[in-house]
Amino acid sequence: MSILVDRHTRLLVQGITGREGSFHARMCREYGTQVVAGVTPGKGGSEHEGTPVFDTVRQAVEKTGANVSVIFVPPPFAADAILEAVDAELPLVVCITEGIPALDMARAWQVVRASRTRLIGPNCPGIITPGQCKIGIMPGSIHLPGRVGIVSRSGTLTYEAVHQLTQLGIGQSTAIGIGGDPIIGTTHRDAIEMFAKDPDTDAIVMIGEIGGSGEEEAAAYIKQHVRKPVVGFIAGQTAPPGRRMGHAGAIISGGKGTAAEKMAAMRAAGIHVCQSPAEIGATMAPLVQKTPQHAH
Amino acid sequence: MKIHEYQAKELLRGFGVAVPRGRVITDPAEAAAVAREFGGRAVVKAQIHAGGRGQGGGVKLAKTPEEAAQLAGQILGMTLVTHQTGPEGRLVRKVLIEETANIARELYLGIVLDRGVGKPVFMASAAGGMEIEEVAAKDPTAILKAAFDADAGLHPYQARQLAFGLGLPAAALNSAVKIMTALARAWVALDCTLAEINPLILTAENQVMALDAKINLDDNALYRHPQLKELRDLNEEAALEVEASQYGLNYIKLDGNVACMVNGAGLAMATMDIIQYAGGAPANFLDVGGGASSEQVRHAFEILLKDPSVKAVLINIFGGILRCDTLATGVVEAARAVQLKLPLVIRMEGTNVAKGREILAASGLKITVAEGMKDAAEKVVAAAR
Repeated sequence: MSILVDRHTRLLVQGITGREGSFHARMCREYGTQVVAGVTPGKGGSEHEGTPVFDTVRQAVEKTGANVSVIFVPPPFAADAILEAVDAELPLVVCITEGIPALDMARAWQVVRASRTRLIGPNCPGIITPGQCKIGIMPGSIHLPGRVGIVSRSGTLTYEAVHQLTQLGIGQSTAIGIGGDPIIGTTHRDAIEMFAKDPDTDAIVMIGEIGGSGEEEAAAYIKQHVRKPVVGFIAGQTAPPGRRMGHAGAIISGGKGTAAEKMAAMRAAGIHVCQSPAEIGATMAPLVQKTPQHAH
Repeated sequence: MKIHEYQAKELLRGFGVAVPRGRVITDPAEAAAVAREFGGRAVVKAQIHAGGRGQGGGVKLAKTPEEAAQLAGQILGMTLVTHQTGPEGRLVRKVLIEETANIARELYLGIVLDRGVGKPVFMASAAGGMEIEEVAAKDPTAILKAAFDADAGLHPYQARQLAFGLGLPAAALNSAVKIMTALARAWVALDCTLAEINPLILTAENQVMALDAKINLDDNALYRHPQLKELRDLNEEAALEVEASQYGLNYIKLDGNVACMVNGAGLAMATMDIIQYAGGAPANFLDVGGGASSEQVRHAFEILLKDPSVKAVLINIFGGILRCDTLATGVVEAARAVQLKLPLVIRMEGTNVAKGREILAASGLKITVAEGMKDAAEKVVAAAR
């Protein structure tokens, strides 16, 4: 009932002994995620709250069979942490860190795209398959296992959408926060392609925001290839041009990347676009069956 | 971070970009001497962080040193209004006095990060002096592009392709290649998000030169450029935005009268949108971030209330890392400290929401608690009327 992560996922935490890494590793473990290793250079051989800590990602992977890494490393060192995870040939790397210099990410991205590693983020809340595996900083309790896939550039707005669905008894297969930076590893289109091919996902919520053209590219893909219902919302309909709205990637520059353009492209692709963020759940409700109560 | 034209030119000169001789002054009395040094004729250019200065009357040609002094006197201290400053305009505190050049042609050069390929992309256009956005809207094929690798830089052959594409004469080729590769080096070395030369001029002597320059720096990379941090001009930023940035808050002032405080950039934008959808107008964007402390919440609240146009306040928090009880504590402290008179609507959801609501209820403050975003937006918009 998911894409990318499930109950078999073996998670490695880069930066596990830091404040953020430590707290969220604990939250993920409490949710039920198998947190099998941590990496903090110089602290190899120790244990952190019961999890073995290694000096390098390679060692951690060899000793524990970790197959996904989550990065909580501070911005100046985060791109390097991504490269280390790619070098260890992890199939999936989730980078939570916000504030990575754009040039560091541009350099790292050239390596990631040539590798077999999928990167989610950076500057993202992570990925969760409800009831099975939580990787990231999202509150686990608001989720309900089910059959709607969610992809979003924003953290708290994803929680909002999840919450609305759960309140209506509509569960989620997997929710992915792809991140608010200009260069991100997994795009809307990538995530939607995976959801479209996932037999356990019946419908998709796609949440975008101003800046870039990822939503338009996803809309073009949906128009061509996706037969599952898609509900969409774009944040920043009232955002002034030329201002960076919190996320490094959320900026209307040169009149491009406006909410109006994105919404028009999405409507043209047959996506059910909500004008109000309060209507995401209600728009999805008639398009899917409710999750049976015994499902979890 | 934005910097001034004169600062951008100074930086680019260090990388080998040809720029006119110039000096920045704050006292009109200095203008005549500077102009005399450049042979009598000079251009007087207002230094503010906004485009369209020429149309607004902030760029003037002086034919004599006396005229330079007179023009500098006019421009210094004026409130310059351009399409980028908004109707309130911007006070001019500095002018750049520059030597004049023999302009044969005006061209455009610029570098931005291309999100799709994840590389810097060099853009060149023969329509110099026009904003690149305008060119892109009218005829996208008029913009030549070359993506380049950050470490390898712009290859000379790429620069030659661009130069020939712009129709530059063979005699100007070497100087064009030099300026293009230098601009690319500067973009990488300074961690720019934008570097623009508009116009780049071809002189009657077949030299190319940066007549104007604009550089935006990546805020996330400033930690490794302490010398660039010094170039920040707080006079060019809205006072409340500067104050917010000191507390690690992301605040942008807008024109409406419904203030909002939200955690997370996406939800903050969505909250602005739903305020408008409910018939109101947002007074600001404010993202308190994922892990705000109650002290930060208090500062955020105080900043919102300093905007005199605000008639009501909406707090919309989806507690994840930021717990609802932390939020409630900060809000109650702040509302007491400022003796809040305005209507306050709070919508909270997520971690420790019950505890947060208890704190609000026990405070004795007049707070409207809303259920869901729609209800919250409708209540706050009604209260602002």
